[in-house]
Parts: sequence; structure tokens; C-alpha cells
Amino acid sequence: MTATATSARSDLSELGRSETALRTFLHGLPGVDQVGAEQRAAQLGTRSIKTTAKAEAIDLAIRMVDLTTLEGADTPGKVRALATKALRPDPADPSCPHVGAVCVYPAMVPYVAEVLRGSAVHLASVATAFPSGQAPLEVKLADTRAAVEAGADEIDMVINRGAFLAGRYSEVYDEIVATKEACGDAHLKVILETGELATYDNVRRASWLAMLAGGDFIKTSTGKVPVAATPPVTLVMLEAVRDFRAATGRQVGVKPAGGIRTTKDAIKYLVMVNETVGPDWLDPDWFRFGASSLLNDLLMQRTKLTTGVYSGPDYFTLD
Amino acid sequence: MSERVAVRKTYKLFIGGKFPRSESGRSYLVQDANVSLASRKDARDAVVAARAAVKGWAGATAYNRGQILYRAAEMLEGRREQFVALGVPGDEVDAAVDRWVWYAGWSDKLAQVYGGANPVAGPYFNLSAPEPTGVVAVVAPERPALLGLVSVIAPAIVTGNTVVVATSPTEPLAAVTLAEVLATSDLPGGVVNLLTGRITETAPTLAAHMDVNAIDLTGVTDAELAADLEVKAAANLKRVLRPAPADHDWFADPGLGRMTTLLETKTVWHPKGV
Repeated sequence: MTATATSARSDLSELGRSETALRTFLHGLPGVDQVGAEQRAAQLGTRSIKTTAKAEAIDLAIRMVDLTTLEGADTPGKVRALATKALRPDPADPSCPHVGAVCVYPAMVPYVAEVLRGSAVHLASVATAFPSGQAPLEVKLADTRAAVEAGADEIDMVINRGAFLAGRYSEVYDEIVATKEACGDAHLKVILETGELATYDNVRRASWLAMLAGGDFIKTSTGKVPVAATPPVTLVMLEAVRDFRAATGRQVGVKPAGGIRTTKDAIKYLVMVNETVGPDWLDPDWFRFGASSLLNDLLMQRTKLTTGVYSGPDYFTLD
Repeated sequence: MSERVAVRKTYKLFIGGKFPRSESGRSYLVQDANVSLASRKDARDAVVAARAAVKGWAGATAYNRGQILYRAAEMLEGRREQFVALGVPGDEVDAAVDRWVWYAGWSDKLAQVYGGANPVAGPYFNLSAPEPTGVVAVVAPERPALLGLVSVIAPAIVTGNTVVVATSPTEPLAAVTLAEVLATSDLPGGVVNLLTGRITETAPTLAAHMDVNAIDLTGVTDAELAADLEVKAAANLKRVLRPAPADHDWFADPGLGRMTTLLETKTVWHPKGV
């Protein structure tokens, strides 16, 4: 690491100490060119990825899936079935890789942990009063600790959007720091809920805020509001993690979640990752898809490539 | 004033209620017109559209399906002159309208003729009811272009199936015009999908497709291709309608076979109580 990067890093770590410093820094970030970002994202979506490149992209995308179920109707049986699928997504083809992680509510963590024990599949749990985050801090931290104790090694927290939009950045910052502490060794993914942040400028600010406070991943959405992950929002977040690494030397992952349902969409995101932040992020440790129905489409496309015959949803499990 | 230039028509595919060009961008010259040359991927897209339409169409009441088919017959009658201008004989158009109405009438009667109560030795009601099989791929007969097409589409969809049809490669204009009839007749998008172009290109994809439930080989004239398609169809146990004999009389009474082959019978045992 160079001397300048080290000094920049120490400068940035001071920011959290005062509301004014944090506000000055976040509002000093350059604005996002909305038309430019949308056009760039659309342009990157036009690449044609075929044959062997497509096969590799599909396998990579499968390894990046955070197989998610976040329903009030989740039962131990349902999440066990989901975890089993995570280990071996396509029982008919042993060469199919396992997914990145399983993502469930804290109450469901113990059942998933039983199934995943000893495997390389991570166990993520949402916490901090997901999805609204509207609960006292003590409750959120207790939620987080409970999930970690039950066996989660990744925590998906939601930021306090009310405080963020009201401009109380320190409050958001302190909550993330406290949650990170409560996580212990578990990785912390910070959900920005970009659908509620209204502007790309806010997305950029929230991304930096989450990274400054110690988040290991920044994630677009909960999947519980109408607008979830979009390509331009993900582009803005990817630029933020790229700039953050350049300034501090610390690499932060990105997880678009919600609304990504087809292989085509997933491959567009992979192209965007490669073109924006480079191959360093083309790894399940640094890029994930939060999705439930995406996996079946990936498996169908994979089957098409291996057998030459179009497959159908009847041949993959419903979840 | 300069002389008016007529609008030259582009004949396109019919997928999911829309009229897209082939994703391959190809077309071929036939009947003095440029017609889209459907590719394997168009067939894939058509199956996706057909599958998406199954739930709504199979779930509609038989009465409602019948009404929509009558409406299609009305629209077909209204375009009689247009079909004649395309070279379809007038009596063939009339026969096609009659055929369509005949099948429309069967929508709420087939379950009574083909299903019903079964006598069983026990205190049960035992009832059989025919249900649609799902997505049906159809290779339409080469000619008669209109009557042949109507005679393969109507029996498949009247019971609640959705179809992907590979149309007559040599006379596709009647098919594209029929698509315009269907698009304006309350038929939900995706229930009928038409692919113009080469049978050898689209049919093998449809026959091998795991998300297609049945295939009608009526229009396949090459015995070797027909055998190959049957082998492909066996992979997921598709229901198969064999090719029609070369001397098949399309004007004759079609019988119920085309409808009943594309059905699954559901039988329910229900305790009688006392």
C-alpha cells in the first residue's frame, strides 16, 4: 500500500467522529450524471455472450447466487429444502457448482445451519428489523447477535433510511458500526434500499457511508419495495466500491438483490462488473446476486447448453 | 399531385399476441412477399409465450373459450375478401369459417361426451373429466393453406391448450392474415403463436423442447423427418399426432380425434356419504 493511500485511509477513518465532517465529505462527493449512468448501464447490457463464455458466466452466476427466501410463510421444512438445493442445485448434474449462500430470516437460521454444516455454502441472515429497520437500536443489535449465535456467518442489515433521508448521517453511521461490532467474525452486508433513496446521488452517498462505517458488502435492496436492483443503481455502487478501494485499499463487495430473474439479466450484471471494477470482483466473495427465481433460470440455461435441448420449469424444484 | 404510393405490407411472425420480426432478422421471398424466416430462437420465444398463456386460457370457462372462438369466426368471415385476394378459394374460406364455428361449439360439450360418471363397485362417485395437456406444437399442413391451418389450430385451443404453429412454408400469407384475425378477436396473447419459415428449422426444436406437452405432425410430408421428430418427442413423452395421409380430405367431417388426442383425463373418486 502506498503512503498516500495510508494517509487517505486515516483521514477517512476520522470522518465518523463528527456529523459535520461526515456531511461535508458525503456532500462533497461528485454528483452522478443520471443520463450518463443510465446510458452506460443500458449500453453494457447489449453485449453478446455466447457458447463457452456463456457457460462460464452461468456457472459463475450460480456460484454468486444468494438463494433467498424471506417470506412470512417460511417453515423449517421449506428452508431445509432450500438449503439442500443450495448444496446441489442440479441433482441430475454433479458438475453443477453450489450457490454462494442461503439467505433467510434469523428464526430460520438454525434449520439451515444443520444442512449446511461442513459445506462451503455460506449462511446469510437478514437482521436489524428487516425490511423496514424501524426498531430501537437495542432490538436491532439483539436481532443481529441472535442470528450470529444461531450460526449465520453473513448478516444482511438494513440502514436507517428515515435518518439517512433526514440528513442524520452520524446516526446511520453509528448504527452500522454498532451492528458490525455485534456481528463479530460474520461478514456484514449493508442494504441501502436504493428504491427508497430517490436519487443516484443519495445512492453514492449511502454507499460511501456504509463502506466508511465498515460494511463488507453493499447491497441494493430488501426486495420488499416495488423498485429493487436496477442496472444503473448497481453501476453507481460499483463505481463507489472501485473509488473506495483506490482511496483506502480496502475492497468491498456488491450485491444487487430483487428483480433479477433471468440468466440474461445476470449476465448483463457480470458484464457490468467486469467493465466497471474489473475481474477482481468477478468472484462470489466480492459479488453476489440476491435472488430466488434466478437460480432455476440459470439451471435451465445450463441444461440447454449441456444437452442442446430447451428445458422447462417442470424439471426443477419449486421454491 | 403526385401519384399515391401504396403501403407495402411486411408479413411478420405472431408471438405472444404481438407481431415481431424474426430475432435472426431473416426473411424469405414467397407468394411475391417478404415473409419472416423464423429461427430456433423464435421457436423458443414462442414456447415461452405459449406457456405463459396456458394458465389463463385453460382456466377460462369453456363457455368463455367458445365465445372467443365464435368471435374469431366472425372476424374471419369479415375478412373473406382479403383471403380471396391472397388466392384462397372462396369455398375454402367458407369451409374454414364453418370449421371454426363447429369447433367453437364443442368447447362446452366435449366434457359431456368425452368425460362423465363411471360405474364403480363401491360407495363412490367416480368422475372423469378431460383437461388440456398444455403447450402443443403444430406443424400445419402445406395446403389447403387456410382450411388446413384452421383445422389444426381450432381443435387444439378449444379445449384450453395453447399452440405454437409452424405454418405452411410455401403459402404463409393466409397464416399471417389469420394471425391478424386472431389478434382482433379477444383471444388472449400467446394462445396461438405462428412461425413462418422452414419446417426443418423450427420443428426439431419444438419436438425436442422439454416444455412442450404434445406435437401435431400433420403437415410433415417427409417420412424421415417425421420419424426423427417422433424420436425427439419421446424424450419427455409428448403426445403425438401422426402426419396426415397425402390424400386427406380437409373438407370432410373432421371427427373428434384432433381434440381428444390433446387431452389428459382426470378421474376423481369421491365418497358418496350415506
